[in-house]
Amino acid sequence: MEHRLRTPLSSVEVLFLKAGDIVWLSGTIYTARDKAHAQLFRWKDLIPLEGAAIYHCGPLLRGGDVISAGPTTSGRMARYASQVVDLGVRAIIGKGGLPGAADYLRGRAVYLAYPGGCGASAAGQLRLKGSFLPELGMAESIWEMEAEELGPMVVAIDAHGRDLYAEVRARACGQLER
Amino acid sequence: MRREDVVDACVSALRRAETSLPSWVEDLIQSARDAEGDSLARSNLEAIIENIKAAAARGLPLCQDTGLPVFHILLGRKAELGFSLEESLAEGVRKATLEVPLRPNAVDPISRINSGDNTGPGMPALIVDLVDGRDLSITALPKGAGSENMSVIAMLTPADDPLEFVVRAVAERGGNACPPLFVGVGLGGTFDGAAALSKRALLRMPGSSPLELELLERINSLGIGPMGLGGDTTALGVKVEQACCHTASLPVAVNMQCWAHRKATSIVGEDGWSIA
Repeated sequence: MEHRLRTPLSSVEVLFLKAGDIVWLSGTIYTARDKAHAQLFRWKDLIPLEGAAIYHCGPLLRGGDVISAGPTTSGRMARYASQVVDLGVRAIIGKGGLPGAADYLRGRAVYLAYPGGCGASAAGQLRLKGSFLPELGMAESIWEMEAEELGPMVVAIDAHGRDLYAEVRARACGQLER
Repeated sequence: MRREDVVDACVSALRRAETSLPSWVEDLIQSARDAEGDSLARSNLEAIIENIKAAAARGLPLCQDTGLPVFHILLGRKAELGFSLEESLAEGVRKATLEVPLRPNAVDPISRINSGDNTGPGMPALIVDLVDGRDLSITALPKGAGSENMSVIAMLTPADDPLEFVVRAVAERGGNACPPLFVGVGLGGTFDGAAALSKRALLRMPGSSPLELELLERINSLGIGPMGLGGDTTALGVKVEQACCHTASLPVAVNMQCWAHRKATSIVGEDGWSIA
């Protein structure tokens, strides 16, 4: 099933998404990766987090233009993700999944997979609006962006406990044990 | 040979590598899309093909992770360089960072301070071979962290099965490395030698020996699929580079490369340069 959504997301909208569905997302989103997550305690003073979408992305920018802006590996931010959801975030966007996240996402938030490496496509769907923590540099700052049908994204971990990555990896590793 | 030719050839190889893929890589991705039986996987492969078109249309980088600058240098034994090759390649990287542009990715491993121009101690990383002739060949292989972070090396014992190790590495880690993958395998040699061989394997993709095709089939039967979300297409190529190892050792290294196998070559001669 395909969904066209706009941020901020409501809890009802999130519950409607099922693992394997496709999402196109519009509205304000915020990039954040390693260094921004290390300063998670500052987020609530900087950005409105209720219903927000956080994008694991270190964009390539030139002046005010988004040149290339695909997802980075979410696994590095997994240790912070339950706190991010506690802050009210309802969609975490990235690639590769968040190991162990299905439990704390349950009933509250989803993980959306943007196709990895597709930075040129993403750049055409994103417009730069502002920045926070600029001292962290291009790749690591929090960038506020306006998304216009960002996608296609796969609901890879839904709010009902399904994690497609965990299912695929368990099948692959199980095959090696046979 | 003129220093400015080396700088320009370096910028040009980086630009070509960052904004387009070798045609054989594109062909493999399109064939995989046509053969893929899983609809989610096909949609991911379709998104990759669209991205390749978008990058080509705008002449801008395929991926925001423009990587660390890795170069394979073939230096003619009779080439006359009246200047530092390392310095002129570093200048090429600095220029490309501004002009292509590239994301500044090179940081100090302890302070994490970014040099701002993709150069610094050990960067650019050079793999150098001497060859006959007077020319200089510069192959850019910009390497992103998503796939490099999922690479792995092990000192196995002679009783272990190195092929099993390679397949297991992809099963456990490949989903994070932006599949469909190119899997570079370094088998044998020394600890550092196995890792170096696995990087060289990426320069010689795709493999076609019975061993390489067997590994490719075993990896694709895992069902990891594009982006680790399931499907028939987990790898597009496997290449194995081997060296003798100690009778007590079995080093094996797996260097993962994402679908964006970015690689381009410029040649510098006495009278100028061209892109291959």
